[in-house]
Amino acid sequence: MTADLKSTTRAGDVTPIAPGTAPDRRPRRGRYGVHIFLSAVCLAFVAPLLLAVYTSLRPYEETARDGYFSWPDKLSLDYYREAYTASGMGTYFTNTLIIAVPAVIVTLFLAAFVAFAVSRLNIRGGLALLMFFTAGNLLPPQVLVTPLYVLFLKIDLPWWMSDSMTLYDSYWAVILVNIGFQVGFCVFVLSQFMRTLPKEILEAAVVDGAGVWTQFWRITLPLCRPALAALATLEFTWIYNDFLWALIFISNPDKLPITSSLNNLRGQFFTDYNLLAAGSILVALPTILVFLLLQRHFIAGLTLGSSKG
Amino acid sequence: MPQNTARRAGRRTTRRFTRRDIVVLGALLGIPVLLDVVIVWGPALASVGLSFTSWDGIGDIHWVGGDNYENLVQDYPAFWPAVRHNLLWIAFLGLVATPFGLLLAVLVDRGIRFSRFYQSVLYMPVVLSLAVVGFMAQLLLGTDQGVVNTIIGNEQDPVDWLGDSSVNLWMMMLAASWRHVGYVMILYLAGLKSVDPELKEAAAIDGANERQTFFRITFPTLRPVNVVVGVITVIEALRAFDIVYAVNKGRNGLELLSVLITDNIIGEASRIGFGSAIAVVLLSVSLGFVVVFLVQELRGARER
Repeated sequence: MTADLKSTTRAGDVTPIAPGTAPDRRPRRGRYGVHIFLSAVCLAFVAPLLLAVYTSLRPYEETARDGYFSWPDKLSLDYYREAYTASGMGTYFTNTLIIAVPAVIVTLFLAAFVAFAVSRLNIRGGLALLMFFTAGNLLPPQVLVTPLYVLFLKIDLPWWMSDSMTLYDSYWAVILVNIGFQVGFCVFVLSQFMRTLPKEILEAAVVDGAGVWTQFWRITLPLCRPALAALATLEFTWIYNDFLWALIFISNPDKLPITSSLNNLRGQFFTDYNLLAAGSILVALPTILVFLLLQRHFIAGLTLGSSKG
Repeated sequence: MPQNTARRAGRRTTRRFTRRDIVVLGALLGIPVLLDVVIVWGPALASVGLSFTSWDGIGDIHWVGGDNYENLVQDYPAFWPAVRHNLLWIAFLGLVATPFGLLLAVLVDRGIRFSRFYQSVLYMPVVLSLAVVGFMAQLLLGTDQGVVNTIIGNEQDPVDWLGDSSVNLWMMMLAASWRHVGYVMILYLAGLKSVDPELKEAAAIDGANERQTFFRITFPTLRPVNVVVGVITVIEALRAFDIVYAVNKGRNGLELLSVLITDNIIGEASRIGFGSAIAVVLLSVSLGFVVVFLVQELRGARER
């Protein structure tokens, strides 16, 4: 990091200002202004969420009569119970985990190695490889849908891997597509990140005779923990929220992940917005929790303590 | 430079990579490359091929040359509006949402109290699923009991925010920004945290004010983040699909290229060749941006 900064901003780039100007002391009033501004923006950002929570706690008849924006007579968690039991959300949550957990882990592992090879080993064709992956992730998903659908129908799997006997209509299809599609993004971000790591650490390891695997697994990867945590958070939420792939490659409704189940709920109860609100909040809760839990690690790691030495 | 060291080290051990290294490299580069070819590039190329054919997905595939493209540009009424909407989407995210995210990141990064709290709140929409965002749009903007119409007090003559084709695109772009701003902010925050505080202190001692410090010290060191944010902004705009599709299947003022592709490929008509032609248009535009960004990025990497 430090070396990186020195090469991009030399000391001479800073225009010297006449001596005697007081060093920056921010006036208190400016700080209040910032707080007011940020609070207002935050309020605007959470308002729709709070409204959904509020709506989900009130009976439908009440909001139908008085509108969503009215004082409540009665609050209860009934809609949450109903949404959870009526749509079998437990199964769908499990399906999501079956798809998202392996997809995130494999994606990060593969992407980390490619990024390492591209940015830390001076392999031939490294730049081309980086472009190949990065550009691949940036293609619109709709471009890939038809050929993949035809392909997956033609690939047979044994019964113990897929009860449909083909790659189509199996978790494997969705996991594979998610990995293949997301690897590119992770390669790009991780190679950006790895480029900022100090070269000296790796050079020392090479001198000590460390092989490629050791350089990757024991030396580079631990330094990437903050980036990996950030990417894991992002990737989990993306794969959790995705419904295009699952909708196209899974036909058995019992295998659908949770986001698509909200779609079902929407179809069944689309007039009862209060029930739909409860369902939406239930679907949103896991990703919000994941972010809040990983956030501490995420922010603490971003200062890259180890690279300053 | 690493390559010099690697070569020097290599000379000492007679070869740069041992046999074990080659196996590790082959496997761990081979698997992702193969996966990317099968899942991404192969299908993309196949779509290009299909765009020169007519196919209903079941019967025979007929080669029709450039007919699909000719029809698209000349006879398909939804095509040019979709292109316009996509361009507007890029402009809105790039000129409004992204700078706003940067502003929020800079403010949150100033070490004020509660910054963690602000940050969490602003990032919250990013983790929401599209189904939730689409639902909230209806809750807020609906005509019957929508909150916005209640607040501005025109319940007798409500504005149809999602149905009126002159305003619904703007509402959708706002909804998309709701998630985009937080995402951009978190990326910039990560970049800002990694800027050496000593540099800022040195600038402050030299008497630079906050604005000067930001534009002359901080912003130039954010270059890698800027590139990532730029790519994400353009690509997200070109890919925009989910929110629009959830609200009204991308009709009546919300036409986008991605919606047209889906309509033709998955819809009842199943004009796969024609849909693929639209996909290729979107693909070319995306790749155009991607290549420009990557070339710039690689040039930057070489300078560093």
